[in-house]
Amino acid sequence: MVSAQLTGAEMVLQAFEDHKVDTLFGYPGGAILPIYDELAKGKSSIHHYLVRHEQGAAHAAEGYARASGKVGVLLVTSGPGVTNAVTGLADAMMDSIPLVCISGQVPSHLIGTDAFQECDAVGITRPCTKHNWLVKDINDLSRILHEAFYVASSGRPGPVLVDIPKDIQFQTGTYIGPETIKHKSYRPKLKASIDKIDEALKLIVKAEKPVFYTGGGVINSGNAAVQLLREFVRLTGFPITSTLQGLGAYPGDDNQFLGMLGMHGTYEANMAMHDCDLLINIGARFDDRITGKVDEFSPNSKKIHIDIDPSSINKTIEVDVPLVGDVAHILEDALKLWKSNVYKADKTAVKSWWKTIDKWKEKDSLGFKNDKKTIKPQYAIQRLYELTKDKDSYITTEVGQHQMWAAQYYKFNKPNRWITSGGLGTMGFGLPAAIGAQVAHPDKLVIDIAGEASILMCIQEMSTAIQHQLPVKIFIINNQYMGMVRQWQELLHDKRYSHSYTDALPDFVKLAEAYGAKGIRVESPAELDKGIQEMIDYNGPVIFDCVVDQNENVYPMIPSGKAHNQMLLGKENEDSKISDEGKVLV
Amino acid sequence: MIESKHTVSVLVDNEPGVLARVIGLISGRGYNIDSLSVAEVDTETHVSRITFVTLGNEITINKMIAQLQKLIPVKKAINITLDKQGIEREMALVKVVGIGEKRVESLRLSDAFRAKVIDTTHDSFVFELNGSPVKIDAFIDLMTPLGLSEVSRTGVVAIARGSEKL
Repeated sequence: MVSAQLTGAEMVLQAFEDHKVDTLFGYPGGAILPIYDELAKGKSSIHHYLVRHEQGAAHAAEGYARASGKVGVLLVTSGPGVTNAVTGLADAMMDSIPLVCISGQVPSHLIGTDAFQECDAVGITRPCTKHNWLVKDINDLSRILHEAFYVASSGRPGPVLVDIPKDIQFQTGTYIGPETIKHKSYRPKLKASIDKIDEALKLIVKAEKPVFYTGGGVINSGNAAVQLLREFVRLTGFPITSTLQGLGAYPGDDNQFLGMLGMHGTYEANMAMHDCDLLINIGARFDDRITGKVDEFSPNSKKIHIDIDPSSINKTIEVDVPLVGDVAHILEDALKLWKSNVYKADKTAVKSWWKTIDKWKEKDSLGFKNDKKTIKPQYAIQRLYELTKDKDSYITTEVGQHQMWAAQYYKFNKPNRWITSGGLGTMGFGLPAAIGAQVAHPDKLVIDIAGEASILMCIQEMSTAIQHQLPVKIFIINNQYMGMVRQWQELLHDKRYSHSYTDALPDFVKLAEAYGAKGIRVESPAELDKGIQEMIDYNGPVIFDCVVDQNENVYPMIPSGKAHNQMLLGKENEDSKISDEGKVLV
Repeated sequence: MIESKHTVSVLVDNEPGVLARVIGLISGRGYNIDSLSVAEVDTETHVSRITFVTLGNEITINKMIAQLQKLIPVKKAINITLDKQGIEREMALVKVVGIGEKRVESLRLSDAFRAKVIDTTHDSFVFELNGSPVKIDAFIDLMTPLGLSEVSRTGVVAIARGSEKL
């Protein structure tokens, strides 16, 4: 369709169709009713998933986007509908997830009058969206909708919001198809100059102690980027580590993979980052969880940085060779050049580098003392991994200790299987994200690895899972504490556990049953495997209450304000003092 | 690194909310604005030019510019002080109230600054003054003991020297 006369509400659905959207997450309300009415007319094949809170809609759309590689779409009403979605938009902004949020707004003539359920949606969401629009004229609507999908999904992806007053949804105007619409000025750069790539390759050839440090940008770039990365890493024989968001881009069980790096990364990954002479950052952003103390970060290395966002370059860490562009495009050019110029890595030097790394590996920094009576949380994740690894499972998490244990002990061999809130660190993310992932992959096993505190933040989405028959599994690592808060109180506040113990937790088995799901509780290591298997085999949503040791902390840990080579490996060396400077950091 | 004043020119698509986006980003990321001026400069393509003055070192200003360039409606952002040795001008309206010798002195000084009298009563003048921000500061200093009552300034506008276009 090139152009047609449609109402605003019809245009929204037409744009969805034109952008191949078949899935919506949303919650109706007064100002969005005309669009919901269009859905009810049944002319479109779009499947709408009714959530129980707009935050759930946003996180579900994020989970859907991360699991499928497509744009996630949500539909919310004005006022509280939008403000409830804000946390999810901010989360998507931090983790570069493409979302299109359509919000209803009070009719044009009431804007600015403090009307019922009015809020300044574009004002409130301006800093937590990549871009947003308030539609003032029906004839702008189709252009804005097409721009919204384009902006959300191109360059560094991110959330956008289109705020549509109710009168515009009723009005009739001209709909123009996406083919003829081009954004006025936004053209993200995809390719880097060959000269710059050549400069980077020359550093790679010379490197004696190199390390790849890869992030979510590889996964966002798509499958081609993932394949090219794997080829490049294998060609060079270099060690590789990954950020939280990058897990799965390179196989987690491969010998060249050192595990995750950063605050709770492995000893070998962080030591390699600290001692390397060449750091090759692909699609990561030198986040503060990664760098630790900035002025002691990887002090003796040359640094190459591939990023599609120019503002990431030199933001926190100065680099030697910045390559601005899309990971897949740059790696493709780099590999071509590498092969044609018969560039070769210094195999002898790298071999002795690996010897050093293997020594670090011997520390076994993820080792833990298992117990016969109580379930160690690390053991619970290990067993979950062993029993699900052949199933191509999708794992989401909430935020806290369980999230870090999941990142450490669950190994991801494929991209898009690991869905977690990294940048914003949003408790309550995991269940709705699992719902989104399950919608994207109805036949796959989807597990939300949760904490008993986080899960309660969006527990209402159990109803969504039941209503839409989405068999998500919620695996709660239950230690009755906000574990990460408690861990920090131990380290920084002399074990004054101010409000980090959860009294009056619900009985999770009964809670599951109240929603119409299955509840399982396991309290002893001997019953763990059986319980997990029962969870996997059940055809429907399950809440699994895994009662674990209350005192375990996440190790290794780079305490705030310290460098990579000053890690804590366990409770034994916890007394190494954190400076006052470190205490103010988060 | 030394902190100093930098003037930044930003070309943007003149769409609703674009100014809020630019200044929201600046305050949201912890920078300050000393002065700000904005107007549409191309009525056919609807491009506006935002000029602001901010305090910082070269590295922080570069980071701020990188963030500004990330905004979708921003077409170009440039540190015009550093990269273009730009010419900077500001306009001020200055009201001075007084009688007798002070009144005569203010008029005499305004002449030295080539300020124009654009409104007068028996006990007041409104001067219009163009020039660099430093010149306007100096004029205001001189007027203070002579009955300075009110000042309105446009904020700095700037343009690059030579034939090159931004």
